[in-house]
Amino acid sequence: MIQAEVHKSFRAREESAPFALNVELEAGEGITVLFGPSGAGKTLTMDLIAGFLSPDTGRIVLDGEVLFDSGRRINLPARARRTGYVFQSYALFPHMTLRQNLQFAAEQRPGGPRIDEILERFRLSGVAGRRPVQLSGGQKQRGSIARALVGQPRLLLLDEPARGLDAPLRQELYSVLAELRTPVLLVTHDLDECYALGERMVVMREGRAVQSGTPEEVADAPVNADVARLLGNYNVLPAGAGRWKCIQHRHVRARARDGELRAEEMPARVQRVYHRQRGLLVEFSGGVLAEMAECDEPVGEWVLEFPPENLQILS
Amino acid sequence: MSVDWSPLWLSLRVAAISTLLALLVGLWCAYWLANRDFRGKEFLDSLVTLPLVLPPTVLGYYLLIVLGRESGIGRIYEAVTGGPLVFTWQAAVVAAFVHSAPLLIKSSRAALESVDSTYEWAGRNLGATEWRVFWRITLPLAQRPIAAAAALAFARAMGDFGVTIMIAGNIPGRTQTVATAIYDAVESGQGELARMLVLVVSVTAILILTLANRLNHKAA
Repeated sequence: MIQAEVHKSFRAREESAPFALNVELEAGEGITVLFGPSGAGKTLTMDLIAGFLSPDTGRIVLDGEVLFDSGRRINLPARARRTGYVFQSYALFPHMTLRQNLQFAAEQRPGGPRIDEILERFRLSGVAGRRPVQLSGGQKQRGSIARALVGQPRLLLLDEPARGLDAPLRQELYSVLAELRTPVLLVTHDLDECYALGERMVVMREGRAVQSGTPEEVADAPVNADVARLLGNYNVLPAGAGRWKCIQHRHVRARARDGELRAEEMPARVQRVYHRQRGLLVEFSGGVLAEMAECDEPVGEWVLEFPPENLQILS
Repeated sequence: MSVDWSPLWLSLRVAAISTLLALLVGLWCAYWLANRDFRGKEFLDSLVTLPLVLPPTVLGYYLLIVLGRESGIGRIYEAVTGGPLVFTWQAAVVAAFVHSAPLLIKSSRAALESVDSTYEWAGRNLGATEWRVFWRITLPLAQRPIAAAAALAFARAMGDFGVTIMIAGNIPGRTQTVATAIYDAVESGQGELARMLVLVVSVTAILILTLANRLNHKAA
C-alpha cells in the first residue's frame, strides 16, 4: 500500500511556465491508474515516489515504511525504496543482453525469482542473449517489466507502458499486467487503458489529484466539468452561471426529425460521422456527440434529447 | 647516422603514465563536474580549464613554485624519495599530466553528460549504489568517447614542450623528451635528426588522432 502526499513547485523558466504539484493519493493491491492529460504531473508523481526527485514537502509511505517525510527529514535514496520503475523508453541497458539486464537486477537484490523462470514466464527465453536493440517493442516491454520484478519491488511504477505498442502487443501487455501480484501504479492518458486495466483510477489535472475511484465510478460521476472533459466521452455544454450540462455520448438520444419538437428536445444538424468498431459516433451542430448503432449514414436535420436521469449539472 | 631514440621512449613512457594518471584523476573530476551540484563548481571547472589557455611557461612557473625544492610538496617528496622532484623524468610526467589532463576532463565530462540519465536512474531504481551505477552503466556507455579523450590526452602529453622544459629541463638521457630533443637538434644544427624526430612525432600524432576519431565516430 502506497500513501503519498507530495508538494513540489517549479519556477518559471525561459521555455516553461511555473508548475506546482500538490497530490494526495493512496493505492493498494491491484492496478491503480494515474489518468490525466500531458503535463498534469503524473510522471512527476511517480518520479517523486521512486526517489528520482525530492518533494519540497510531504510524506510518502510504502507498506508502512516511510520513504520520504519532510517533517522528519527522511528521504530514502532511490536504490533503497524497492519500487520497480518501468520507463516509457523501457531503459534496458543497451550494452547488456536481456539476460545480463536481469542479472544486474538480481545482483542488487539477491533472493528474488530465478532468472530462467522469469524469462520463461515472460516468454523471453529465446531472446535472452540479445541486446535491446535486437528486440521488438513488445519484447523490450516485457523485458523491462521482467527486470523490474527480478528486483523484488513492493510497488511497480509503469509510465505509459502501452505507448507506441500496436493493438495485439497492448493486449499482450494487459494480460501480463493482469497476472502480476505486485501492486501497480500506472500512468496513462488513454481512457480505454484505464477501463482495461484499472481497478482504481486517480484523475490528475494541473498538478492535482482531482478525483479517484473505480474507472466506472469516475466515468459515471465526474466531480466537475473539467474531469468530464478529460474523460473524453462526455458532452460538456454551457448551462449558464458558470455551470455545465454534462452527458455521456452514449446517453444522448437522437432521431431523425419528422414533425414537431417535444419540449425536452432540441434540433441539430449532422456535421460529421465517425465509424467505430461498434456503431457510429455522430457529431451534431453545437458540438454535441452521440453514439449511435450502426445504421444508414445519418444526414440532415435530427432531434436530440438529453434524458434527465443521465444529465449532470457540474461546475 | 646513429639516432638516439631515448627521447622518444621517454616521451612514450611519460605520456603513458601521465595519461593513466589523468584517467584516474580526470574521470573522478569529470564525474563530479557532470553529476554533482556544489558551491564553486564553475570555479573548479575554470581552474581545470586554465592549463588549456595559459602559456606553458606560466604553467611551468607555477609548478616550479608548487613543486620546487623550497616548496612544502617539494620537501615532502625529497624526504620520502631522497631526491628532488624537479629536473627528473617524474617531473616530466607531472608536466605532461598538467598539460593534458584538462583536455581529458573536459571531453570526459561531455561524454558522461551525454549518457541518457534514464539508464542511471534505472540502475539506482534496481538497487545499485552510485559506485556501481558508474562502473556498470555510465562508464561502459561513455567508454568510447572517454577512450578517444584519453588518446588525445596521450598525444598532447607527448607533444608538451613548455611545461616540461620549465620543471624537468632538457637533460639528455634523463629528462629529454622528443619535443625538447627536437629543439636541441635544431639549435645544434642537427637537421637530419630533427627531421627524423619530427616525422616520427607527426606520424604518431596522426595515428592517435585517427584512432580518436574512429572511437568518437563509433560512439556517435
